[in-house]
Amino acid sequence: MHPILASKARLGLYLLAWLPLVAMLSRLLAASGDMSWYEALALAAPLGVLYAFVCLSAWYLCRFVPIRPSGVPRLLLANLSAAALASLLCVTIGMGLDARYAQAAQQLLVIGVLLYLLAAALHYVLLALESSRAAERREMEARILTREAELKALKAQVDPHFLFNSLHSISALTSADPGRAREMCVLLSDFLRRSLGLGERTSVPLEEELSLARDFLAVEQVRFGSRLRVEEDIDAAARLCRVPPLLLQPLVENAVRHGITNLLEGGWIRLEARSTDGRLEIAVENNFDRDAPAPRRNGLGLANVRKRLEVRYGSAARLEVRVLEDRYRVELELPAEREGES
Amino acid sequence: MSAAEAAIRALIVDDEELARSLLRELLEPHPEIRILAECANGFEAVKAILELKPDLLFLDVQMPKLDGFEVLELMGGEMAVIFVTAYDQYALRAFEVHAVDYLLKPFNAARFEGALERAKRRLGQKLPPVAELAAAARPPTQYLERIAVRDGAKVHVIPVDKLDYVEAQDDYVLLKTEGSRHLKQQTISGLEGCLDPARFVRLHRSYIVNLERIVKIEPYSKDSRVAILTDGARLPVSRAGYARLSALWDKL
Repeated sequence: MHPILASKARLGLYLLAWLPLVAMLSRLLAASGDMSWYEALALAAPLGVLYAFVCLSAWYLCRFVPIRPSGVPRLLLANLSAAALASLLCVTIGMGLDARYAQAAQQLLVIGVLLYLLAAALHYVLLALESSRAAERREMEARILTREAELKALKAQVDPHFLFNSLHSISALTSADPGRAREMCVLLSDFLRRSLGLGERTSVPLEEELSLARDFLAVEQVRFGSRLRVEEDIDAAARLCRVPPLLLQPLVENAVRHGITNLLEGGWIRLEARSTDGRLEIAVENNFDRDAPAPRRNGLGLANVRKRLEVRYGSAARLEVRVLEDRYRVELELPAEREGES
Repeated sequence: MSAAEAAIRALIVDDEELARSLLRELLEPHPEIRILAECANGFEAVKAILELKPDLLFLDVQMPKLDGFEVLELMGGEMAVIFVTAYDQYALRAFEVHAVDYLLKPFNAARFEGALERAKRRLGQKLPPVAELAAAARPPTQYLERIAVRDGAKVHVIPVDKLDYVEAQDDYVLLKTEGSRHLKQQTISGLEGCLDPARFVRLHRSYIVNLERIVKIEPYSKDSRVAILTDGARLPVSRAGYARLSALWDKL
Protein backbone atom coordinates (compact mmCIF):
# COMPACT_ATOMS: atom_id res chain seq x y z
CA MET A 1 0.00 0.00 0.00
CA HIS A 2 1.32 3.45 -0.91
CA PRO A 3 2.16 5.27 2.34
CA ILE A 4 0.88 8.68 1.10
CA LEU A 5 -2.14 7.56 -0.89
CA ALA A 6 -3.21 5.28 1.95
CA SER A 7 -4.09 8.18 4.25
CA LYS A 8 -6.12 11.30 3.38
CA ALA A 9 -4.26 13.37 5.97
CA ARG A 10 -0.89 12.46 4.49
CA LEU A 11 -2.04 13.15 0.96
CA GLY A 12 -3.33 16.57 2.05
CA LEU A 13 -0.04 17.40 3.72
CA TYR A 14 1.88 16.27 0.68
CA LEU A 15 -0.19 18.43 -1.68
CA LEU A 16 0.15 21.36 0.69
CA ALA A 17 3.91 21.04 0.39
CA TRP A 18 3.52 21.54 -3.33
CA LEU A 19 1.92 25.00 -2.96
CA PRO A 20 5.22 26.89 -2.60
CA LEU A 21 6.61 24.86 -5.49
CA VAL A 22 3.71 25.89 -7.72
CA ALA A 23 4.27 29.51 -6.64
CA MET A 24 7.95 29.20 -7.62
CA LEU A 25 6.96 27.69 -10.94
CA SER A 26 4.56 30.53 -11.78
CA ARG A 27 7.25 33.05 -10.91
CA LEU A 28 9.59 31.30 -13.32
CA LEU A 29 7.01 31.30 -16.09
CA ALA A 30 6.11 34.93 -15.47
CA ALA A 31 9.77 35.93 -15.64
CA SER A 32 10.62 33.95 -18.76
CA GLY A 33 7.67 34.98 -20.90
CA ASP A 34 5.37 37.85 -21.50
CA MET A 35 2.54 37.12 -19.20
CA SER A 36 0.91 38.38 -16.08
CA TRP A 37 1.25 36.71 -12.67
CA TYR A 38 -2.32 35.55 -12.97
CA GLU A 39 -1.75 33.88 -16.32
CA ALA A 40 1.46 32.25 -15.08
CA LEU A 41 -0.34 30.79 -12.06
CA ALA A 42 -3.11 29.43 -14.30
CA LEU A 43 -0.43 27.69 -16.35
CA ALA A 44 1.64 26.40 -13.42
CA ALA A 45 -1.18 25.04 -11.22
CA PRO A 46 -2.41 22.17 -13.44
CA LEU A 47 1.13 21.13 -14.30
CA GLY A 48 2.08 21.22 -10.60
CA VAL A 49 -0.87 19.04 -9.57
CA LEU A 50 -0.12 16.59 -12.36
CA TYR A 51 3.52 16.40 -11.38
CA ALA A 52 2.70 16.00 -7.69
CA PHE A 53 0.91 12.77 -8.54
CA VAL A 54 3.56 11.63 -11.01
CA CYS A 55 6.15 11.97 -8.24
CA LEU A 56 4.14 9.57 -6.05
CA SER A 57 5.20 6.84 -8.46
CA ALA A 58 8.69 7.09 -6.95
CA TRP A 59 7.38 4.77 -4.21
CA TYR A 60 7.30 1.80 -6.53
CA LEU A 61 10.77 2.58 -7.78
CA CYS A 62 12.04 2.85 -4.19
CA ARG A 63 10.61 -0.51 -3.31
CA PHE A 64 12.03 -2.07 -6.42
CA VAL A 65 15.49 -0.54 -5.95
CA PRO A 66 16.16 -0.49 -2.20
CA ILE A 67 19.15 1.40 -0.80
CA ARG A 68 22.07 -0.99 -0.44
CA PRO A 69 25.75 -0.07 -0.06
CA SER A 70 26.62 -2.41 -2.91
CA GLY A 71 24.04 -1.03 -5.31
CA VAL A 72 24.86 2.70 -5.50
CA PRO A 73 25.42 2.89 -9.29
CA ARG A 74 22.21 0.98 -9.93
CA LEU A 75 20.36 3.19 -7.47
CA LEU A 76 21.57 6.41 -9.12
CA LEU A 77 20.92 5.14 -12.62
CA ALA A 78 17.40 3.99 -11.80
CA ASN A 79 16.42 7.18 -9.99
CA LEU A 80 17.99 9.57 -12.49
CA SER A 81 16.43 7.88 -15.49
CA ALA A 82 13.04 7.72 -13.79
CA ALA A 83 13.34 11.40 -12.89
CA ALA A 84 14.36 12.38 -16.43
CA LEU A 85 11.56 10.35 -17.91
CA ALA A 86 8.92 11.77 -15.56
CA SER A 87 10.10 15.31 -16.12
CA LEU A 88 10.25 14.97 -19.89
CA LEU A 89 6.80 13.40 -19.96
CA CYS A 90 5.25 16.22 -17.96
CA VAL A 91 6.92 19.00 -19.89
CA THR A 92 5.89 17.40 -23.19
CA ILE A 93 2.30 17.10 -22.01
CA GLY A 94 2.45 20.71 -20.85
CA MET A 95 3.76 21.91 -24.24
CA GLY A 96 1.09 19.92 -26.01
CA LEU A 97 -1.58 21.71 -23.97
CA ASP A 98 -0.16 25.18 -24.20
CA ALA A 99 2.69 26.43 -26.36
CA ARG A 100 3.72 29.02 -23.81
CA TYR A 101 5.40 26.31 -21.69
CA ALA A 102 8.02 26.01 -24.40
CA GLN A 103 9.50 29.35 -23.38
CA ALA A 104 10.74 27.84 -20.11
CA ALA A 105 11.13 24.23 -21.23
CA GLN A 106 14.77 23.85 -20.21
CA GLN A 107 14.30 25.22 -16.71
CA LEU A 108 11.13 23.20 -16.32
CA LEU A 109 12.96 20.01 -17.25
CA VAL A 110 15.73 20.60 -14.71
CA ILE A 111 13.27 21.53 -11.98
CA GLY A 112 11.23 18.43 -12.82
CA VAL A 113 14.23 16.16 -12.42
CA LEU A 114 15.18 17.77 -9.10
CA LEU A 115 11.65 17.56 -7.75
CA TYR A 116 11.37 13.92 -8.71
CA LEU A 117 14.64 13.12 -6.96
CA LEU A 118 13.37 14.97 -3.89
CA ALA A 119 10.20 12.89 -3.95
CA ALA A 120 12.27 9.71 -4.27
CA ALA A 121 14.29 10.74 -1.21
CA LEU A 122 11.06 11.32 0.71
CA HIS A 123 9.82 7.88 -0.25
CA TYR A 124 13.07 6.25 0.83
CA VAL A 125 12.60 7.83 4.24
CA LEU A 126 9.02 6.55 4.42
CA LEU A 127 10.17 3.11 3.32
CA ALA A 128 12.83 2.99 6.04
CA LEU A 129 10.26 4.04 8.65
CA GLU A 130 7.86 1.37 7.53
CA SER A 131 10.42 -1.42 7.48
CA SER A 132 11.70 -0.53 10.93
CA ARG A 133 8.13 -0.63 12.21
CA ALA A 134 7.62 -4.03 10.54
CA ALA A 135 10.84 -5.30 12.08
CA GLU A 136 9.63 -4.19 15.48
CA ARG A 137 6.35 -5.98 14.94
CA ARG A 138 8.13 -9.14 13.80
CA GLU A 139 10.37 -9.08 16.83
CA MET A 140 7.36 -8.68 19.08
CA GLU A 141 5.66 -11.60 17.40
CA ALA A 142 8.80 -13.70 17.74
CA ARG A 143 8.95 -12.92 21.44
CA ILE A 144 5.32 -13.93 21.92
CA LEU A 145 5.83 -17.20 20.05
CA THR A 146 8.95 -18.08 22.07
CA ARG A 147 6.96 -17.39 25.20
CA GLU A 148 4.27 -19.74 23.94
CA ALA A 149 6.83 -22.45 23.23
CA GLU A 150 8.18 -22.01 26.72
CA LEU A 151 4.72 -22.31 28.22
CA LYS A 152 4.10 -25.41 26.16
CA ALA A 153 7.39 -26.90 27.31
CA LEU A 154 6.26 -26.18 30.86
CA LYS A 155 2.98 -27.87 30.14
CA ALA A 156 4.81 -30.86 28.73
CA GLN A 157 6.54 -31.18 32.05
CA VAL A 158 3.24 -31.65 33.83
CA ASP A 159 1.88 -33.78 30.99
CA PRO A 160 0.83 -37.20 32.28
CA HIS A 161 2.64 -38.63 29.28
CA PHE A 162 5.90 -37.49 30.64
CA LEU A 163 6.06 -36.35 34.23
CA PHE A 164 3.79 -38.90 35.92
CA ASN A 165 5.26 -41.79 34.00
CA SER A 166 8.79 -40.62 34.81
CA LEU A 167 7.94 -40.33 38.49
CA HIS A 168 6.40 -43.77 38.36
CA SER A 169 9.64 -45.15 36.91
CA ILE A 170 11.56 -43.49 39.75
CA SER A 171 9.13 -44.98 42.23
CA ALA A 172 9.70 -48.45 40.75
CA LEU A 173 13.47 -47.99 40.85
CA THR A 174 13.74 -46.78 44.45
CA SER A 175 13.73 -50.30 45.90
CA ALA A 176 14.97 -52.27 42.90
CA ASP A 177 17.90 -50.03 41.97
CA PRO A 178 18.32 -46.96 44.20
CA GLY A 179 21.35 -45.77 42.27
CA ARG A 180 19.43 -45.59 39.01
CA ALA A 181 16.48 -43.98 40.80
CA ARG A 182 18.77 -41.19 41.95
CA GLU A 183 20.22 -40.92 38.44
CA MET A 184 16.72 -40.59 37.00
CA CYS A 185 15.84 -37.81 39.50
CA VAL A 186 18.90 -35.90 38.31
CA LEU A 187 18.06 -36.42 34.64
CA LEU A 188 14.54 -35.18 35.16
CA SER A 189 15.74 -32.13 37.11
CA ASP A 190 18.34 -31.35 34.44
CA PHE A 191 15.67 -31.40 31.78
CA LEU A 192 13.28 -29.19 33.75
CA ARG A 193 15.97 -26.68 34.71
CA ARG A 194 17.39 -26.46 31.23
CA SER A 195 14.06 -26.00 29.46
CA LEU A 196 13.04 -23.26 31.89
CA GLY A 197 16.29 -21.41 31.30
CA LEU A 198 16.31 -21.67 27.53
CA GLY A 199 13.00 -19.94 26.88
CA GLU A 200 14.21 -16.66 28.34
CA ARG A 201 16.88 -16.18 25.71
CA THR A 202 16.43 -15.01 22.14
CA SER A 203 18.86 -17.50 20.64
CA VAL A 204 20.98 -20.37 21.87
CA PRO A 205 23.78 -22.48 20.37
CA LEU A 206 22.38 -25.60 18.74
CA GLU A 207 24.53 -27.63 21.16
CA GLU A 208 22.32 -26.45 24.04
CA GLU A 209 19.18 -27.47 22.19
CA LEU A 210 20.74 -30.87 21.61
CA SER A 211 21.60 -31.18 25.30
CA LEU A 212 17.99 -30.52 26.19
CA ALA A 213 16.85 -33.16 23.69
CA ARG A 214 19.41 -35.58 25.15
CA ASP A 215 18.13 -34.97 28.70
CA PHE A 216 14.56 -35.54 27.57
CA LEU A 217 15.45 -38.71 25.67
CA ALA A 218 17.57 -40.01 28.56
CA VAL A 219 14.52 -39.77 30.84
CA GLU A 220 12.36 -41.52 28.26
CA GLN A 221 15.01 -44.18 27.81
CA VAL A 222 14.81 -45.11 31.47
CA ARG A 223 11.07 -45.55 31.01
CA PHE A 224 11.10 -47.38 27.68
CA GLY A 225 14.33 -49.28 28.21
CA SER A 226 15.70 -50.91 25.09
CA ARG A 227 12.55 -49.93 23.16
CA LEU A 228 13.95 -46.44 22.54
CA ARG A 229 17.14 -46.10 20.53
CA VAL A 230 18.73 -42.71 19.86
CA GLU A 231 21.21 -41.87 17.11
CA GLU A 232 23.03 -38.61 16.50
CA ASP A 233 24.90 -37.30 13.51
CA ILE A 234 25.94 -33.72 14.20
CA ASP A 235 28.89 -31.95 12.59
CA ALA A 236 31.13 -29.71 14.67
CA ALA A 237 30.30 -26.50 12.79
CA ALA A 238 26.57 -27.00 13.31
CA ARG A 239 26.93 -27.26 17.10
CA LEU A 240 28.00 -23.62 17.32
CA CYS A 241 25.20 -22.17 15.17
CA ARG A 242 22.63 -20.13 17.04
CA VAL A 243 18.96 -21.10 16.81
CA PRO A 244 15.75 -19.92 18.48
CA PRO A 245 15.39 -21.66 21.87
CA LEU A 246 13.11 -24.70 22.26
CA LEU A 247 13.01 -25.18 18.51
CA LEU A 248 13.86 -28.89 18.61
CA GLN A 249 11.94 -29.89 21.72
CA PRO A 250 8.46 -30.06 20.12
CA LEU A 251 9.89 -32.15 17.27
CA VAL A 252 11.63 -34.58 19.61
CA GLU A 253 8.51 -34.94 21.76
CA ASN A 254 6.42 -35.67 18.68
CA ALA A 255 8.94 -38.27 17.58
CA VAL A 256 8.52 -40.11 20.87
CA ARG A 257 4.77 -39.69 21.12
CA HIS A 258 3.93 -40.73 17.58
CA GLY A 259 6.88 -43.05 17.03
CA ILE A 260 7.91 -45.52 19.66
CA THR A 261 4.83 -45.15 21.89
CA ASN A 262 2.87 -46.91 19.14
CA LEU A 263 5.48 -49.52 18.26
CA LEU A 264 5.40 -52.91 19.97
CA GLU A 265 9.09 -53.55 19.42
CA GLY A 266 10.07 -49.95 20.07
CA GLY A 267 11.80 -47.66 17.63
CA TRP A 268 14.55 -45.17 16.98
CA ILE A 269 15.01 -41.42 16.84
CA ARG A 270 17.76 -39.84 14.81
CA LEU A 271 19.01 -36.27 15.21
CA GLU A 272 21.04 -34.77 12.38
CA ALA A 273 22.61 -31.35 11.90
CA ARG A 274 25.14 -29.96 9.49
CA SER A 275 26.27 -26.51 8.50
CA THR A 276 27.56 -25.70 5.01
CA ASP A 277 27.70 -22.51 2.92
CA GLY A 278 26.11 -20.34 5.59
CA ARG A 279 23.11 -22.66 5.93
CA LEU A 280 22.17 -24.84 8.89
CA GLU A 281 20.28 -28.07 8.20
CA ILE A 282 18.63 -29.95 11.03
CA ALA A 283 16.60 -33.15 10.80
CA VAL A 284 14.63 -35.16 13.35
CA GLU A 285 13.67 -38.58 12.08
CA ASN A 286 11.83 -41.51 13.66
CA ASN A 287 10.13 -44.70 12.60
CA PHE A 288 6.42 -45.13 13.21
CA ASP A 289 3.59 -47.62 12.90
CA ARG A 290 2.07 -47.26 9.45
CA ASP A 291 -1.23 -48.71 10.65
CA ALA A 292 -1.60 -46.16 13.42
CA PRO A 293 -4.11 -43.39 12.69
CA ALA A 294 -2.59 -40.28 11.13
CA PRO A 295 -1.11 -38.18 13.93
CA ARG A 296 -3.34 -35.13 13.91
CA ARG A 297 -2.20 -33.71 17.20
CA ASN A 298 1.20 -33.57 15.60
CA GLY A 299 0.07 -30.44 13.81
CA LEU A 300 0.21 -28.09 16.76
CA GLY A 301 3.86 -28.44 17.75
CA LEU A 302 4.92 -28.49 14.12
CA ALA A 303 2.83 -25.43 13.26
CA ASN A 304 4.41 -23.53 16.14
CA VAL A 305 7.94 -24.36 14.95
CA ARG A 306 7.06 -23.39 11.37
CA LYS A 307 5.58 -20.09 12.49
CA ARG A 308 8.57 -19.24 14.65
CA LEU A 309 10.96 -19.88 11.78
CA GLU A 310 8.85 -17.73 9.48
CA VAL A 311 8.68 -14.84 11.91
CA ARG A 312 12.38 -14.91 12.62
CA TYR A 313 13.86 -15.67 9.23
CA GLY A 314 11.07 -14.97 6.72
CA SER A 315 11.64 -16.83 3.47
CA ALA A 316 15.24 -17.63 4.44
CA ALA A 317 14.12 -20.65 6.48
CA ARG A 318 11.98 -23.63 5.64
CA LEU A 319 10.44 -26.63 7.38
CA GLU A 320 9.58 -29.79 5.51
CA VAL A 321 7.98 -33.05 6.53
CA ARG A 322 8.87 -36.19 4.61
CA VAL A 323 7.22 -39.55 5.10
CA LEU A 324 9.27 -42.38 3.61
CA GLU A 325 7.49 -45.69 4.18
CA ASP A 326 7.69 -46.12 7.95
CA ARG A 327 10.05 -43.19 8.53
CA TYR A 328 8.84 -39.75 9.54
CA ARG A 329 11.38 -36.99 8.94
CA VAL A 330 11.13 -33.30 9.79
CA GLU A 331 13.75 -31.14 8.08
CA LEU A 332 14.64 -27.59 9.02
CA GLU A 333 16.87 -25.33 7.01
CA LEU A 334 17.84 -21.90 8.26
CA PRO A 335 20.63 -19.33 7.96
CA ALA A 336 23.66 -20.40 10.00
CA GLU A 337 24.26 -17.68 12.59
CA ARG A 338 27.51 -18.08 14.47
CA GLU A 339 28.36 -17.12 18.02
CA GLY A 340 28.54 -13.35 18.43
CA GLU A 341 26.65 -12.51 15.24
CA SER A 342 23.28 -12.37 16.90
CA MET B 1 -9.07 -74.76 52.58
CA SER B 2 -5.35 -74.43 51.87
CA ALA B 3 -3.68 -71.24 50.73
CA ALA B 4 -2.97 -72.71 47.29
CA GLU B 5 -6.64 -73.42 46.65
CA ALA B 6 -7.70 -69.99 47.80
CA ALA B 7 -5.08 -68.30 45.60
CA ILE B 8 -6.24 -65.40 43.49
CA ARG B 9 -4.82 -65.81 40.03
CA ALA B 10 -3.56 -62.49 38.71
CA LEU B 11 -2.14 -61.11 35.48
CA ILE B 12 0.03 -58.00 35.11
CA VAL B 13 -0.27 -56.05 31.85
CA ASP B 14 1.95 -53.00 31.25
CA ASP B 15 4.25 -52.06 28.38
CA GLU B 16 6.86 -50.63 30.73
CA GLU B 17 9.22 -53.08 32.39
CA LEU B 18 9.70 -50.86 35.45
CA ALA B 19 5.96 -50.52 36.00
CA ARG B 20 5.58 -54.32 35.91
CA SER B 21 8.44 -54.83 38.33
CA LEU B 22 6.87 -52.40 40.80
CA LEU B 23 3.57 -54.35 40.81
CA ARG B 24 5.49 -57.59 41.22
CA GLU B 25 7.35 -56.13 44.17
CA LEU B 26 4.17 -54.87 45.82
CA LEU B 27 2.54 -58.29 45.39
CA GLU B 28 5.46 -60.14 46.99
CA PRO B 29 4.14 -59.94 50.59
CA HIS B 30 0.81 -61.43 49.40
CA PRO B 31 1.09 -65.22 49.13
CA GLU B 32 -2.66 -65.39 48.44
CA ILE B 33 -2.08 -63.74 45.04
CA ARG B 34 -0.43 -65.84 42.39
CA ILE B 35 1.03 -63.99 39.41
CA LEU B 36 0.26 -66.14 36.38
CA ALA B 37 2.13 -64.07 33.84
CA GLU B 38 3.28 -60.61 32.87
CA CYS B 39 2.36 -59.15 29.51
CA ALA B 40 4.23 -56.34 27.77
CA ASN B 41 1.45 -55.47 25.32
CA GLY B 42 -2.22 -55.91 24.51
CA PHE B 43 -1.72 -58.86 22.16
CA GLU B 44 0.12 -60.87 24.80
CA ALA B 45 -2.59 -59.91 27.26
CA VAL B 46 -5.42 -61.25 25.06
CA LYS B 47 -3.58 -64.53 24.60
CA ALA B 48 -2.78 -64.87 28.30
CA ILE B 49 -6.32 -64.05 29.42
CA LEU B 50 -7.77 -66.68 27.08
CA GLU B 51 -5.28 -69.33 28.11
CA LEU B 52 -4.99 -68.66 31.81
CA LYS B 53 -8.39 -67.20 32.70
CA PRO B 54 -7.16 -65.00 35.56
CA ASP B 55 -9.38 -63.75 38.40
CA LEU B 56 -7.66 -60.41 38.68
CA LEU B 57 -6.13 -58.15 36.05
CA PHE B 58 -3.74 -55.25 36.63
CA LEU B 59 -4.20 -53.41 33.35
CA ASP B 60 -2.29 -50.45 31.91
CA VAL B 61 -4.50 -48.30 29.68
CA GLN B 62 -1.90 -46.71 27.36
CA MET B 63 -0.15 -49.39 25.31
CA PRO B 64 1.01 -49.51 21.69
CA LYS B 65 -1.40 -50.81 19.00
CA LEU B 66 -3.92 -52.38 21.37
CA ASP B 67 -4.76 -50.41 24.49
CA GLY B 68 -6.20 -51.65 27.76
CA PHE B 69 -9.82 -50.83 26.85
CA GLU B 70 -9.49 -52.69 23.55
CA VAL B 71 -8.13 -55.74 25.35
CA LEU B 72 -11.20 -55.82 27.57
CA GLU B 73 -13.57 -55.28 24.64
CA LEU B 74 -12.23 -58.47 23.08
CA MET B 75 -12.74 -60.50 26.23
CA GLY B 76 -15.85 -62.27 27.37
CA GLY B 77 -16.33 -63.46 30.89
CA GLU B 78 -15.82 -61.79 34.21
CA MET B 79 -12.67 -60.60 35.89
CA ALA B 80 -11.80 -58.09 38.53
CA VAL B 81 -9.94 -55.29 36.75
CA ILE B 82 -7.67 -52.73 38.39
CA PHE B 83 -6.71 -50.06 35.86
CA VAL B 84 -3.19 -48.70 36.17
CA THR B 85 -2.72 -45.40 34.35
CA ALA B 86 -1.13 -41.98 34.44
CA TYR B 87 -4.32 -40.41 33.08
CA ASP B 88 -6.74 -39.37 35.75
CA GLN B 89 -9.58 -38.86 33.27
CA TYR B 90 -9.43 -42.54 32.26
CA ALA B 91 -9.14 -43.64 35.86
CA LEU B 92 -12.14 -41.60 36.94
CA ARG B 93 -14.30 -42.96 34.15
CA ALA B 94 -13.20 -46.50 34.90
CA PHE B 95 -14.15 -45.95 38.52
CA GLU B 96 -17.56 -44.57 37.61
CA VAL B 97 -18.31 -47.66 35.57
CA HIS B 98 -17.43 -49.96 38.47
CA ALA B 99 -13.99 -51.08 37.58
CA VAL B 100 -12.87 -52.69 40.80
CA ASP B 101 -10.45 -49.85 41.32
CA TYR B 102 -7.80 -47.77 39.66
CA LEU B 103 -4.20 -46.90 40.45
CA LEU B 104 -2.91 -43.54 39.31
CA LYS B 105 0.77 -43.57 38.41
CA PRO B 106 2.71 -42.94 40.55
CA PHE B 107 1.02 -44.63 43.55
CA ASN B 108 2.21 -45.71 46.99
CA ALA B 109 1.97 -49.01 48.83
CA ALA B 110 -1.02 -47.93 50.92
CA ARG B 111 -3.01 -47.02 47.82
CA PHE B 112 -2.04 -50.35 46.27
CA GLU B 113 -3.14 -52.30 49.37
CA GLY B 114 -6.47 -50.48 49.31
CA ALA B 115 -7.10 -51.45 45.70
CA LEU B 116 -6.13 -55.04 46.40
CA GLU B 117 -8.51 -55.23 49.39
CA ARG B 118 -11.32 -53.91 47.23
CA ALA B 119 -10.55 -56.47 44.56
CA LYS B 120 -10.62 -59.32 47.07
CA ARG B 121 -13.98 -58.22 48.43
CA ARG B 122 -15.43 -57.86 44.94
CA LEU B 123 -14.19 -61.25 43.75
CA GLY B 124 -16.86 -63.00 45.80
CA GLN B 125 -19.62 -60.87 44.25
CA LYS B 126 -21.04 -60.67 40.79
CA LEU B 127 -18.84 -58.56 38.52
CA PRO B 128 -19.99 -56.71 35.40
CA PRO B 129 -18.87 -58.31 32.10
CA VAL B 130 -15.52 -56.81 31.18
CA ALA B 131 -16.55 -55.86 27.64
CA GLU B 132 -19.28 -53.64 29.08
CA LEU B 133 -16.79 -52.07 31.42
CA ALA B 134 -14.50 -51.20 28.53
CA ALA B 135 -17.23 -49.69 26.38
CA ALA B 136 -18.35 -47.46 29.23
CA ALA B 137 -14.83 -46.43 30.24
CA ARG B 138 -13.83 -45.14 26.81
CA PRO B 139 -14.08 -41.35 26.56
CA PRO B 140 -17.40 -40.69 24.80
CA THR B 141 -16.21 -37.77 22.70
CA GLN B 142 -13.61 -39.75 20.79
CA TYR B 143 -14.53 -41.56 17.60
CA LEU B 144 -12.84 -44.86 16.88
CA GLU B 145 -9.68 -44.70 14.78
CA ARG B 146 -9.25 -48.48 14.74
CA ILE B 147 -11.28 -51.56 15.55
CA ALA B 148 -9.84 -54.61 17.26
CA VAL B 149 -11.26 -58.03 16.35
CA ARG B 150 -10.37 -61.40 17.75
CA ASP B 151 -10.16 -64.68 15.90
CA GLY B 152 -9.40 -67.22 18.61
CA ALA B 153 -6.30 -65.92 20.35
CA LYS B 154 -5.26 -63.93 17.28
CA VAL B 155 -6.05 -60.23 17.31
CA HIS B 156 -6.44 -58.05 14.21
CA VAL B 157 -6.41 -54.30 14.44
CA ILE B 158 -8.27 -52.63 11.59
CA PRO B 159 -7.76 -48.89 11.02
CA VAL B 160 -11.20 -47.43 10.23
CA ASP B 161 -9.77 -45.85 7.05
CA LYS B 162 -9.40 -49.37 5.68
CA LEU B 163 -13.03 -50.25 6.39
CA ASP B 164 -15.26 -50.55 3.27
CA TYR B 165 -18.52 -51.32 4.98
CA VAL B 166 -20.09 -53.03 7.99
CA GLU B 167 -22.89 -55.56 7.78
CA ALA B 168 -25.10 -56.66 10.67
CA GLN B 169 -25.25 -60.43 11.22
CA ASP B 170 -27.41 -61.32 14.25
CA ASP B 171 -25.33 -60.50 17.34
CA TYR B 172 -22.25 -59.84 15.24
CA VAL B 173 -21.03 -57.28 12.78
CA LEU B 174 -19.10 -58.26 9.67
CA LEU B 175 -16.30 -55.80 8.97
CA LYS B 176 -15.35 -55.72 5.28
CA THR B 177 -11.97 -54.31 4.29
CA GLU B 178 -10.03 -54.67 1.08
CA GLY B 179 -9.10 -58.32 0.95
CA SER B 180 -10.56 -59.46 4.26
CA ARG B 181 -13.66 -59.91 6.37
CA HIS B 182 -13.79 -60.06 10.15
CA LEU B 183 -16.60 -60.87 12.54
CA LYS B 184 -16.89 -58.98 15.80
CA GLN B 185 -19.39 -59.52 18.57
CA GLN B 186 -21.14 -56.17 18.69
CA THR B 187 -24.44 -54.68 17.55
CA ILE B 188 -24.41 -52.51 14.44
CA SER B 189 -26.03 -49.63 16.35
CA GLY B 190 -23.36 -49.90 19.03
CA LEU B 191 -20.64 -49.64 16.41
CA GLU B 192 -22.43 -46.85 14.52
CA GLY B 193 -22.27 -44.71 17.67
CA CYS B 194 -18.49 -45.09 17.84
CA LEU B 195 -17.74 -44.14 14.22
CA ASP B 196 -17.25 -40.60 12.97
CA PRO B 197 -20.61 -39.62 11.38
CA ALA B 198 -18.80 -37.41 8.87
CA ARG B 199 -17.01 -40.46 7.43
CA PHE B 200 -19.47 -43.32 7.97
CA VAL B 201 -23.18 -43.42 7.29
CA ARG B 202 -25.89 -45.93 8.16
CA LEU B 203 -27.28 -46.75 4.71
CA HIS B 204 -29.73 -49.34 5.87
CA ARG B 205 -30.86 -51.22 8.99
CA SER B 206 -28.07 -53.73 8.31
CA TYR B 207 -25.35 -51.62 6.69
CA ILE B 208 -22.88 -48.86 7.55
CA VAL B 209 -20.69 -47.63 4.70
CA ASN B 210 -17.44 -45.71 4.45
CA LEU B 211 -18.46 -42.59 2.49
CA GLU B 212 -15.23 -42.58 0.49
CA ARG B 213 -16.07 -45.98 -0.98
CA ILE B 214 -19.34 -44.96 -2.63
CA VAL B 215 -19.08 -44.59 -6.41
CA LYS B 216 -22.74 -43.96 -7.17
CA ILE B 217 -26.30 -44.51 -6.04
CA GLU B 218 -28.76 -46.14 -8.45
CA PRO B 219 -32.52 -46.62 -8.17
CA TYR B 220 -33.40 -50.21 -7.38
CA SER B 221 -37.14 -50.43 -6.94
CA LYS B 222 -39.94 -47.91 -6.45
CA ASP B 223 -38.93 -47.18 -2.89
CA SER B 224 -35.31 -48.18 -2.58
CA ARG B 225 -31.89 -47.56 -4.04
CA VAL B 226 -28.63 -49.38 -4.25
CA ALA B 227 -25.14 -48.03 -3.51
CA ILE B 228 -22.28 -49.19 -5.71
CA LEU B 229 -18.87 -49.22 -4.06
CA THR B 230 -15.37 -48.92 -5.49
CA ASP B 231 -14.86 -52.69 -5.24
CA GLY B 232 -18.13 -53.30 -7.11
CA ALA B 233 -20.14 -54.35 -4.03
CA ARG B 234 -23.83 -53.36 -4.11
CA LEU B 235 -25.44 -52.37 -0.82
CA PRO B 236 -29.16 -51.68 -0.28
CA VAL B 237 -30.04 -48.07 0.64
CA SER B 238 -33.22 -47.53 2.63
CA ARG B 239 -35.27 -44.38 2.37
CA ALA B 240 -33.97 -43.14 5.73
CA GLY B 241 -30.45 -44.10 4.66
CA TYR B 242 -30.77 -42.07 1.48
CA ALA B 243 -31.99 -39.08 3.48
CA ARG B 244 -28.96 -39.32 5.78
CA LEU B 245 -26.65 -39.60 2.78
CA SER B 246 -28.22 -36.59 1.04
CA ALA B 247 -27.91 -34.53 4.20
CA LEU B 248 -24.19 -35.38 4.39
CA TRP B 249 -23.58 -34.60 0.74
CA ASP B 250 -25.40 -31.30 1.04
CA LYS B 251 -22.93 -30.32 3.72
CA LEU B 252 -19.94 -30.95 1.47
